[in-house]
Amino acid sequence: MSATLTPVLSATWGDERAWTLDGYRASGGYEALETARAMEPEAVVEMVKGSGLRGRGGAGFPTGMKWGFLPPLEDGKPRYLVVNADESEPGTCKDIPLLMASPHTLIEGVAISSHAIRAQHAFIYLRGEVLHVYRRLLAAAREAREAGLLGDLEITVHAGAGAYICGEETALLDSLEGRRGQPRLRPPFPAVAGLYASPTVINNVESIASVPAIVRHGSDWFADMGTEKSNGVGIFSLSGHVTRPGQYEAELGITLRELLELAGGMRNGRRLKFWTPGGSSTPLFTDEHLDVPLDFESVAAAGSMLGTRALQIFDETVCVVRAVLRWTEFYKHESCGKCTPCREGTYWLAQVLAKLERGEGSASDLDLLLDQCDNILGRSFCALGDGATSPITSSIKYFRQEYLDHLDHGGCPFDPAASTLFAQEATK
Amino acid sequence: MSIDEKTYGELREIAARYPQARSGLLPMLHLVQSTEGSVTPAGIDACAEVLGLTPAEVSAVATFYTMYKRHRVGDFHVGVCTNTLCAVMGGDAIHQRLTEHLDVGPDEIADKRQGDQYTVSVERVECNAACDYAPVVMVNWEFLDNQTPDGLVRTVEALRAGHPVASTRGPRICTWKQAERVLAGFEDGLADEGPAAGPASLVGLEIARDQGWTPAGAGVGAKGDSDD
Ligand SMILES: Cc1cc2nc3c(=O)[nH]c(=O)nc-3n(C[C@H](O)[C@H](O)[C@H](O)COP(=O)(O)O)c2cc1C
Ligand code: SF4
Ligand code: FES
Repeated sequence: MSATLTPVLSATWGDERAWTLDGYRASGGYEALETARAMEPEAVVEMVKGSGLRGRGGAGFPTGMKWGFLPPLEDGKPRYLVVNADESEPGTCKDIPLLMASPHTLIEGVAISSHAIRAQHAFIYLRGEVLHVYRRLLAAAREAREAGLLGDLEITVHAGAGAYICGEETALLDSLEGRRGQPRLRPPFPAVAGLYASPTVINNVESIASVPAIVRHGSDWFADMGTEKSNGVGIFSLSGHVTRPGQYEAELGITLRELLELAGGMRNGRRLKFWTPGGSSTPLFTDEHLDVPLDFESVAAAGSMLGTRALQIFDETVCVVRAVLRWTEFYKHESCGKCTPCREGTYWLAQVLAKLERGEGSASDLDLLLDQCDNILGRSFCALGDGATSPITSSIKYFRQEYLDHLDHGGCPFDPAASTLFAQEATK
Repeated sequence: MSIDEKTYGELREIAARYPQARSGLLPMLHLVQSTEGSVTPAGIDACAEVLGLTPAEVSAVATFYTMYKRHRVGDFHVGVCTNTLCAVMGGDAIHQRLTEHLDVGPDEIADKRQGDQYTVSVERVECNAACDYAPVVMVNWEFLDNQTPDGLVRTVEALRAGHPVASTRGPRICTWKQAERVLAGFEDGLADEGPAAGPASLVGLEIARDQGWTPAGAGVGAKGDSDD
């Protein structure tokens, strides 16, 4: 086998009391912070630039470059660091285990990054629906402060209240200001006018958590891993019908075929039918795409997006129409209502899909769906609307016949019981 | 019911954590739920008063977020993930079995029978960032991983009877009101309960350790390796 795994962020997750300050320090935790504090802030920014680290929250924007966009310091205008820990994109499940097992990795990353961008107040916006992770983050921030590790940096750990859209960075800022979480018009970008209209850097948990390792081992070490333009390691989250679902940290550019081999293959030797490379907002792949290198460029060239490396794997027992309808209902539910194409569009998409799934409607409804997607994609105010069209257009592209089968069959031809975890365990 | 002085004090304390007080509104609403059992008109008025907003402004925020409840929920509020991956892996069957067993709809609390210590309610939730543990169920926002229909019914009966139930990756599950207090930012001393990670979180790490793989040139994982 060619591919190996490269645990960096996940390396300590199995350690004794990994989440505590003592546990984290036992493996060299907070040494990188000392190193960084001895450096000029600009030198830390250069180091992150040199590492080639690209945002791990989905879009893959170069992290060091984002930091470099901050306008020069002005008197009286503070700068803020905001960490996006909203993790709600269906399939995405990497930040939550990181925060549960090693919240100090993030806290150290926040301290180093705040030093680099000269922020004195950092916020961690955690989705509210993960109580124990919030406990661990609150405790870690308190421990670090009490141990004098934070200097004059203040870290506020904030719990959201259930809204996928608050993961979109400008909606997150509105939410953090105590408002409904709705995206803002850009420009101005958050780097110029973000939280409280002050210059703000927003990064994903995994992006910021990668910073201590980069400082510790050097930018070349990170840049030498991965592919030419997608450097470093990342956490790949495998879920669904694989023998061993879970978190696999590897260099960017690993393929699903390689990951599946590590994960023990498809459960019960069944066939892979479709999968999401980066969450439900990224167009579906099929078994044709097993050898696509999972880096930003290659996945895009194959017609999808690397997104958050949220690999949801579905085998041949699963009805793609059912899967797509459920995701569409999610987008309808989570649409913030600010713009018409998405608010109205997701409603109609769900209506038409539900009809098709029941075996009602006609073949022309597929064209209607594609038309509706056309009216949403690129016309919505934020990327939620675009994302809502991904599962629909990609599933019609690869599985048109399966939609038509519903019409012939007068309903869903699949047995939902066959794809459950318990059905599979029963046949083992 | 009106909001007592202690709660007013805590609402002000939350607002003071932020450079601008209004940023405290989300945690303040969590605190309201922890004392009132839902977002009540009195709770809305209290937040509005502390922040200098109108009740309508507070209400507009509260209705935007699904964790804020206008009706009371049970002492143990069960959220079954029925987003696609969990639904397919059994979430739909689990949700159906549990709601039939309890005979409840979305905004209802199951009848408290003679001998029950606590009440329960059920809702569908969206992907809770735990797909590798599908099908996933949250109880008061603690993880119950790899659930089955019958297993969850037994767990819910244990909760109703007042037996201690531990989250798969966390402490003994506390009541919904206690959970809401933590979400308002008040620590409850339980952070050290439960494991660092569940088994699925560790699969990749374990393979790497078995194979002796570490990132080129990094001592990051080396310590753990030599211990093995
Ligand atoms: C609907 C929507 C939801 C998003 N959810 C998240 C999220 O939960 N976590 C996250 O880090 N980024 C999320 N993003 C991406 C953010 O807007 C932003 O790009 C990211 O936080 C930037 O950090 P990075 O450069 O470190 O990736 C979401 C974007 C959209 C459009
Ligand atoms: S695309 Fe959807 S979520 Fe985004 S602003 Fe428009 S309505 Fe809101
Ligand atoms: S789909 Fe249920 S946790 Fe992700």
